[in-house]
Amino acid sequence: MLGRTAGGLFWMFRYLERCENTSRLVEAGFRIALTRNTAAEQEWMSVLDTADVRKAYDDRYSGYNGENVINFLLRDRSHPASVNSMAEAARTNARAVRTALTREVFEAVNENYLILRDALAQPVRDRDLPAVLNTIRQQSALVRGALHGTMLRNDIYDFARLGTFLERADNTARILDVKYYVLLPSVAHVGAALDNVQWETILRALSSLRAYRWLTQDKMTAQGIGEFLILDKRLPRSLAFCSAAITSNLGEIAKEYGEETPSTQLAIENETRLTSKPIEKIMEFGLHETLDAFIRSNNTLAEQIERDYRFNE
Amino acid sequence: MSDRPDFYDEMRDADLTPHAPYQRYHAWITNEDESRLRAKAQEAERMFRRTGITFNVYGDPDATDRLIPFDIVPRIIGATEWSRLTRGIEQRVRAINAFLHDLYHRQEIIKAGRVPLDLIRRNVALLPQMIGVSPPGGVYTHIVGVDIVRTGPGDFFALEDNVRTPSGVSYMLENRETMLQIFPELFAAIPVREVSHYPKALRRSLAACAPAAAHGEPTVAVLTPGVYNSAYFEHAFLADQMGVELVEGSDLRVVNGRIAMRTTRGYTPIDVLYRRIDDDFLDPLTFRPDSMLGAPGAMDIYRAGGITLANAPGAGIADDKAIYSYMPDIVEFYTGETAILKNVPTWRCAEPDALRYVLAHLAEVVVKEVHGSGGYGMLVGPAATKQERADFAEKLKANPEAYIAQPTLALSTVPIFTEAGLAPRHVDLRPFVLVSPERIEIIPGGLTRVAMKEGSLVVNSSQGGGTKDTWVLEE
Repeated sequence: MLGRTAGGLFWMFRYLERCENTSRLVEAGFRIALTRNTAAEQEWMSVLDTADVRKAYDDRYSGYNGENVINFLLRDRSHPASVNSMAEAARTNARAVRTALTREVFEAVNENYLILRDALAQPVRDRDLPAVLNTIRQQSALVRGALHGTMLRNDIYDFARLGTFLERADNTARILDVKYYVLLPSVAHVGAALDNVQWETILRALSSLRAYRWLTQDKMTAQGIGEFLILDKRLPRSLAFCSAAITSNLGEIAKEYGEETPSTQLAIENETRLTSKPIEKIMEFGLHETLDAFIRSNNTLAEQIERDYRFNE
Repeated sequence: MSDRPDFYDEMRDADLTPHAPYQRYHAWITNEDESRLRAKAQEAERMFRRTGITFNVYGDPDATDRLIPFDIVPRIIGATEWSRLTRGIEQRVRAINAFLHDLYHRQEIIKAGRVPLDLIRRNVALLPQMIGVSPPGGVYTHIVGVDIVRTGPGDFFALEDNVRTPSGVSYMLENRETMLQIFPELFAAIPVREVSHYPKALRRSLAACAPAAAHGEPTVAVLTPGVYNSAYFEHAFLADQMGVELVEGSDLRVVNGRIAMRTTRGYTPIDVLYRRIDDDFLDPLTFRPDSMLGAPGAMDIYRAGGITLANAPGAGIADDKAIYSYMPDIVEFYTGETAILKNVPTWRCAEPDALRYVLAHLAEVVVKEVHGSGGYGMLVGPAATKQERADFAEKLKANPEAYIAQPTLALSTVPIFTEAGLAPRHVDLRPFVLVSPERIEIIPGGLTRVAMKEGSLVVNSSQGGGTKDTWVLEE
């Protein structure tokens, strides 16, 4: 496989994953803004922080109202990480790596672009927002379905999955990091209404509120949420799940190529570091430090993969 | 205008009697419900859009999204007509390869006075770098798309010999796929010859031209200028269907005297490169130094027998429009036979008498740029306004060598399906020819291009032309 093709697949699936994550983030923010008007500005600001795009936003808009933030995150073509821009970038990448994709996957990515382009052609009105956000996730699910159902399990598939999981791990870690303070023991008044809302927002932004409730019979604790999102291997958006998937995909590539690369080892190290400490220790000795270190090592790993598999010249 | 009886309609006579190859189809379509056909036409469009078969038109802001119109009425060619056509095409392609070899070696045809030296010496399409070079297997034109037009029952003309990087074959294949899906019942009733083996035949044909440096099963790759090229879809399509890599210039590098591609596991040498970029961009060390599209050093490696380039650099001289007018002589010179396919009479504007004639008859002729393609920069005299003709006359006088002119041919028509039912439109045909040291293979079918506008004679997709599936019938 061409190095450029591997890179194209990797980025295509990062873009698609990020579209989906952005839609969840907006949904969670929108919900808070609806229910708690006074905190709306604060909430939208933290949504921008989570997406790591606050500066890009400030360059274009002033004030953190929902209308602008939603427009920026979903529609703004001048913003390369808007859903609109990323759906197009994913499709451009799909065109560039077309020979590596099944017809079903290509068509799903193409449709994703065409449908989102139409859905986001005009500013989204509040009453249409839930449907639009749902469409973004639905289209993403269709691509994933086509990938699972039709692609060979070989290096092509592994590079696609690596893009997905590196992006997803980054997203989960960022959501936690921006809100880590609401999980800290010092401010965690068990049962306090405010914290429940913030905790729910975190879980909602990761589509895992129902799962958490179901697993814990709705007994919410800061530590429990932290453990669930960081260490629970049953949850497909947890850091531990993503790390294990990354290690496994790199392992498959090493097996296929008959050769390990520095990134094969780096992934194992990252995963071990993350999962070696129980949640009590993580909460006690610095949730923020743990998340921050994770985000950085996740990035380093992505760069190492690019080098090892010759994505660029 | 196209209803006038002086155009030959391939489906039926003026009294609506169908011609032999169309008999069964005609009986079927005249009994078919129009609303059902309309639904089928819409279904076809949806299929094309979903699969992403689009054609980029330079300068169009919505460029990446344009579909070439597809018409659901097939163009049908009978077995006898086809066999005569293929004999003519094969003869012509054989002659072209012999001509190219001769031009880049002993130049016997010039010594014999059959083609003037001036035409060659001053021609930019002749690559000095190719003089004395013999491509692997002696093949210059691995893939040829001869443009054929028809003016009557037995009157076929070769209009252009595309021997550089002819495009359109993906439409031939996808049009057939689409027809198979929307009208399966027709294929059960009418014996249409297959075209779907083209990618396999192409790969086999390319592999048969591997260079001396190749070991074992040859590694074939398709070289594209990239995702923004107007024919990118086709490049990806062919690479995919052949099961080979689709490479860009940035993927290539010289490693141990071979052109190699950067893979996730290191550099792998390429034996046969089906390049879909022009000579000018092939090797920045030899040709355009600003080209980012090709592989630096490719020409040296080519000359040393380290890679096969398909088509061979410098092959373009053979489809030069000024050379075209000598094609009957060229065929006769190398095959010893009279050309089976007719040539369209051509005025070479470089010649003063011809220029005078063309200027006096601009309203009747088609003027083309010698080095042009894609229907750009041409004048269709009868369709042009007085002002357009006057403007063109100035260009002609300023640079007569850059133009040739031909009479406006009464191109045959085939009906298309319109809002108002069947209506005749002008068509041409591009069959695809594969050349290897072992054989010349012509795929039974081709790309039928159709001018969607009533009366229009311009079939180029860049000028709003559409396509049809082309059926060649079994014996």
